[in-house]
Amino acid sequence: MRALVILAGNEIRDGLRNRWVAAIILLLAALALSLALLGSAPSGTVQATPMSITVASLASLTVYLLPLIALMLAFDALVGELERGTLLLLLTYPVARWQVVVGKFLGHSLILLAALLVGYGGAGLVLQFTGGADAESWIAYLVLMASSWLLGSAFIALGYLVSALVRERATAAGVAVALWLLFVVLYDLGLLGLLLADTQQRLSPDLVAVLLLANPTDIFRIINLTGTEAVSLLAGMAEAGRAAGFQPALLVALLLGWVALPLGLTVARFQRIEL
Amino acid sequence: MASRASIELERVSKRYGAHEVLHEVSLAVGQAECVALLGHNGAGKTTLMKLLLGLTRPCDGKIRVNGAEPTHLLGKGLGADIGFLPENVMFHTAMSGREVLRFYARLKGVAVSTCDRLLAEVGLDEAARRRVSTYSKGMRQRLGLAQALLGTPHVLLLDEPTTGLDPVLRETFYQRVRQHQEEGGCALISSHALTEIEARSDRVAILRQGRLVAFGSLAELRERAGLPVRIRVVTGAGEASGVAERIGAGLHLDHINNETLELSCLGGDKLDIVTRLADLRPAVHDVEIHAPGLGEVYAHYSAGDGPQ
Repeated sequence: MRALVILAGNEIRDGLRNRWVAAIILLLAALALSLALLGSAPSGTVQATPMSITVASLASLTVYLLPLIALMLAFDALVGELERGTLLLLLTYPVARWQVVVGKFLGHSLILLAALLVGYGGAGLVLQFTGGADAESWIAYLVLMASSWLLGSAFIALGYLVSALVRERATAAGVAVALWLLFVVLYDLGLLGLLLADTQQRLSPDLVAVLLLANPTDIFRIINLTGTEAVSLLAGMAEAGRAAGFQPALLVALLLGWVALPLGLTVARFQRIEL
Repeated sequence: MASRASIELERVSKRYGAHEVLHEVSLAVGQAECVALLGHNGAGKTTLMKLLLGLTRPCDGKIRVNGAEPTHLLGKGLGADIGFLPENVMFHTAMSGREVLRFYARLKGVAVSTCDRLLAEVGLDEAARRRVSTYSKGMRQRLGLAQALLGTPHVLLLDEPTTGLDPVLRETFYQRVRQHQEEGGCALISSHALTEIEARSDRVAILRQGRLVAFGSLAELRERAGLPVRIRVVTGAGEASGVAERIGAGLHLDHINNETLELSCLGGDKLDIVTRLADLRPAVHDVEIHAPGLGEVYAHYSAGDGPQ
């Protein structure tokens, strides 16, 4: 436990030094604030609070931005240290390899949490003070923040897996971008293409549901865009959400699985690396 | 049975694919002993260190460090009783020297209060609060030494420790190693700086293409190699050739001029020849004996003249 705290603390300090933390906070705050203040104009006509509208638009953008930020934080966590030569010394200390992986992961994940709390949380408070929030929309907003953290952590874990599998930092960067494209852009396009091509409706709804749940960004979308009545109406996902009928606990568990699985694979791979 | 040796390798081999980096290397470093590990680049020195640290597994053979097999520790973290300085040590450059040392101290479970004393010991007290990115190579090396000494480990594994250090700091470093030995600790030092390691190591291990071609004290290796001892004799003016004729058998005349003779003989004949030279006084004024140094011994074994 002590080693985990030391390693996570070191990662956070490094993040603060490199101004990573500051950059992510600024980015997330700018995004949330601009959507909160400028994007809530249509609220009058559909009788939704500006905060509900912000959740819908912020969730749509978070799906693109947060995985990218997470992958950028994580892709060189292991291979970068290997390439710079700092890993060699670290592994001669009394720390287990799983502790190195998990400790660094905790540090990066906490950096993301802090950025979300300050960036998204700050925008939420601004909406509260401008009278654009009620209790229901606050719940949706907090769910958005929590699921964003899980989504980001899942992509940090994926970034770690990349970092443990390749031998060069540049390769890791390339693979990380490819992963982002796959999960965030291509996967849904592919799924959409599949549904369009299936004119005879031979694909069972269950299979489509499974395919949706096999992508963390889709799980995040389902959580946030069908979570509450107001938001799902705005997102045009009300029907879809009702039809799919996913249990919130299952969605959270799956997202947690998307954190644990790549992280577990990273540890398994990292244990076997000979320096 | 408990072993007295702090480091033990028993017929250790390491291959990467078809390439054999180490072949049946056996050596032991006892308590309070300092062993110099010599060899050309690529001879297998760094691989040997990595094996001792459990960073990589041996293909064959047994390794024990402080009585435990480091291979068992692969993936589980190393014991705190080993201090390691890698060749070209690297640190997180965004942190200050003091922060780096405190980070490693905490990982090792060593009181961070000892860090400032260690930094002063390696002459980094004034630069301690500066970022490592502003450090010169020598300063990074000194920080590396400081971290290796954290918690006064029993076993020190040092890969090219004095690279980039000025002569004063080198001396301070070797004094620190000597102190470590006096406290019962052992050190395995890989080095190319033969002249400075010569007087500071108890035994020498020479690797050639992954094989241990020599292991013993300098005197033992010198004798085994049969390297000649050079004797320089100063005589009275014009007496050199006369002296040369009268010394007799058992030596080789390398050079002669009016009043000096340069001879060479086998180590075993040295005393006998010196005695004979003493008998030739007053024609012989002075005698200087040059035993082969570590440089010559190393050249002999590493060039392929030594036994496999």
